[in-house]
Amino acid sequence: MSDRKAVGVETIGMTMRFGGFTALDAVSVKVPAGSFHALLGENGAGKSTLVKCMMGFYHPTSGDILVDGREVGIASPRDASALGLGMVYQHFTLVPSLTGAENLVISREKVPGIIDWRKERGELAVFMERMPFKLPLDVKVAELAAGEKQKLEIIKQLYLGRSFLVLDEPTSVLTPGEAQEVLGLVRDMTKAGDLTVLMISHKFHEVTAFADDVSVLRKGRLTGTGRVADLDHKAMAAMMIGDQPIAALDSRAAPKPDAEIVLKVKSLKAPDRTGLKSIRIKDLGVRSGEIVGIAGISGNGQKEFLEVLAGQRPRDAGEVLVRGSAYAATRAEARALNVRLIPEEPLKNACAPKMTVAENISFRTFDMDGNGRPVSWINASAIRAFSARLVEQFKVKTASLSSPIASLSGGNVQRAVLARELTGEVDLLIVSNPCFGLDFSAVAEIRARIMKARNAGAAVLLMSEDLDELLELSDRIFVMSDGALVYETPIAQASVQTIGEHMAGHH
Amino acid sequence: MDATEIGLWGVPLAILGGAIRVSTPFIFVSLGEAITERSGRINLGLEGTLVFGAMTAYAVAVMTNSPWIGLLAAAFAGLCFGLFHGWICKFPKVNDIAIGIALMLFGSGLAFFFGKPFIKPKAPNLPAIPFGGWSDIPQVQAALDVNVLFLIGAVLSVILWWAFRNTRAGLIVRVVGDSSDAARAMGLNPDTVRLAATGVGGALAGIGGAYLSLYYPGSWTERISSGQGLMAVALVIFARWNPLGCFAAALLFGGAGALGPALQSVGVTQGYYLFYAAPYILTLIIMIATSSPTRSLAGAPGELSITK
Repeated sequence: MSDRKAVGVETIGMTMRFGGFTALDAVSVKVPAGSFHALLGENGAGKSTLVKCMMGFYHPTSGDILVDGREVGIASPRDASALGLGMVYQHFTLVPSLTGAENLVISREKVPGIIDWRKERGELAVFMERMPFKLPLDVKVAELAAGEKQKLEIIKQLYLGRSFLVLDEPTSVLTPGEAQEVLGLVRDMTKAGDLTVLMISHKFHEVTAFADDVSVLRKGRLTGTGRVADLDHKAMAAMMIGDQPIAALDSRAAPKPDAEIVLKVKSLKAPDRTGLKSIRIKDLGVRSGEIVGIAGISGNGQKEFLEVLAGQRPRDAGEVLVRGSAYAATRAEARALNVRLIPEEPLKNACAPKMTVAENISFRTFDMDGNGRPVSWINASAIRAFSARLVEQFKVKTASLSSPIASLSGGNVQRAVLARELTGEVDLLIVSNPCFGLDFSAVAEIRARIMKARNAGAAVLLMSEDLDELLELSDRIFVMSDGALVYETPIAQASVQTIGEHMAGHH
Repeated sequence: MDATEIGLWGVPLAILGGAIRVSTPFIFVSLGEAITERSGRINLGLEGTLVFGAMTAYAVAVMTNSPWIGLLAAAFAGLCFGLFHGWICKFPKVNDIAIGIALMLFGSGLAFFFGKPFIKPKAPNLPAIPFGGWSDIPQVQAALDVNVLFLIGAVLSVILWWAFRNTRAGLIVRVVGDSSDAARAMGLNPDTVRLAATGVGGALAGIGGAYLSLYYPGSWTERISSGQGLMAVALVIFARWNPLGCFAAALLFGGAGALGPALQSVGVTQGYYLFYAAPYILTLIIMIATSSPTRSLAGAPGELSITK
């Protein structure tokens, strides 16, 4: 709100220990009033711990917080909000089945027992006049687009009178266009001195484009801080990951335009999650030795499409052909046609979390002997030997082969799944959001593996919400919007802007 | 009662009367369950609460000679059962459905244990308002003899429907039921809200039980409930968690339940047993028709364990 001035926040020697583990080690960060500050770091670097200490969710082991230069005690989120500190979470905290207006009113500190909607609507209209975003408030939040939800989250914080906002990876669910717009508007508010922003991010280009200052955390320590203008991406990356080696991407083998079409999808129709709409894929072909990327904002049918290909969702009509034969994703077909699948959230969708690493790695092969014939007696030592070899080869970090796979970190679960799926002959590889939530080195390695599979002649269908990933890996990019493939471009002519517009459905 | 006097008209009339009479416990249990489920929890124990409420109401009415005190006692007993369920469920890794089933058996068992001495004595009934006074046909009079609890239930469903949109409490219940994270971010404690919602739900189920023993059928026996508490849960899903829908669905179920007796009263002597099963078959059909393997239920509270 413009009648409230931005506040500055500073942490001094903030330390947080969980038992023997030090999540934050004497971190001092200064965010002056009216500035746009970026907080960079890998997963587990301590970014969320730091902001949760500021917001009163955690009580730091030691260290102080200054708000506008005065030392304050923040014991609970309520204290933080009384000081004007608010946070916009990465995952939306709006209630999907309530309308925007209901969400705003109920999040207020004092809500009358009986809500006079006529009066509230009037006040909201007056409030929205002063806001940089225009939003429909009478629509259920579930029906808003991701960008609108993100705007509503920010508006909610402003409505509650917050003048220092923590934005936790605010653009992870937005199209590039939406991200530009939202951050640009927030940036204008900080310039006007109405708001101070601390943005958690891992996208360097956003930091460069919008932030004034940056602080970088690694393993709980502050490894660098400074004016964004004085730092380039390389310097920031070095602060973030230190000097660990990063897997390099294989150079792309020249695509063969006349290579065999491995995956062919023809006039596919299937119901979506709500059952109210359907996904329709008219015609999609993926050739051997190419990566076809599918971009789209989550919830536009990519998940359903993947489920159809994986055999998890029945289809109403249409054909899925692999090497010219009909494919219904049975185990026998997948084996005969060398189809491999890496779904998103691999722990949930591609593993049995409580079974061991060895068992999970051998899911594709445990019931076959060395010659591919079915066996009736499982050979445990062969499974172990096979898994041990793959764990070694794919550098899966695990305490032992018999640890439950759920005890591994996200990156190592994904490595184990890759080990299983990429071993042996692969003709078709279907991948969805393979790097979501993984750290730098795991991301680089996993992308390198996918590229290697492509160069070895696999046809790869890659669905991702991360446009940078698609641009890095794909040979062709499709955009999926509202259940259909609406746009296709070869990588040489791909432009972020055009893809973004199609993602948002502006065509 | 001479059914032939009005001929086959007796059937729809009996169904109407039956719908009003039989539906009242459905109304209360389903409204209670709707509140509980809207807060993100399922209480299958309402069947047990219903039976225990019936016993408590009857016993207290016998002892005090006042059906209203019996009713209050039943509501209080239901409240305790609901709070107990809510209290257990707040512990981590506790499954609300399993606890519900345990409480269902516990409630019934406890009711049989305490209820033994009250099978014989006669308790005063809850009053009914004769809306059928204008007619001299006894069937019409019987059908329109409406118990006050039915009217209270009807009003209550409208109030709840309004309250879910227009009161702080209503919005808070919906917030908690749809997203625990959002609730916590608002500084609400989901467990406390669910505790209260389960408590209120239990109290309403207790009132439903009081209706059973104090009006229709109007006596305490161990077979007083025939699964109304469980069917009400199905009914809430059918009604899409909407209190007005609950009321309509309860009427529909009540009508279905009255089909058997209605046919019997007009002299159908064969096969009417089949129609006694109508409410159960209806439950089955509704559950099948409203479920689908490929889509989630529209309008379902996001935190409900069956829809997650």
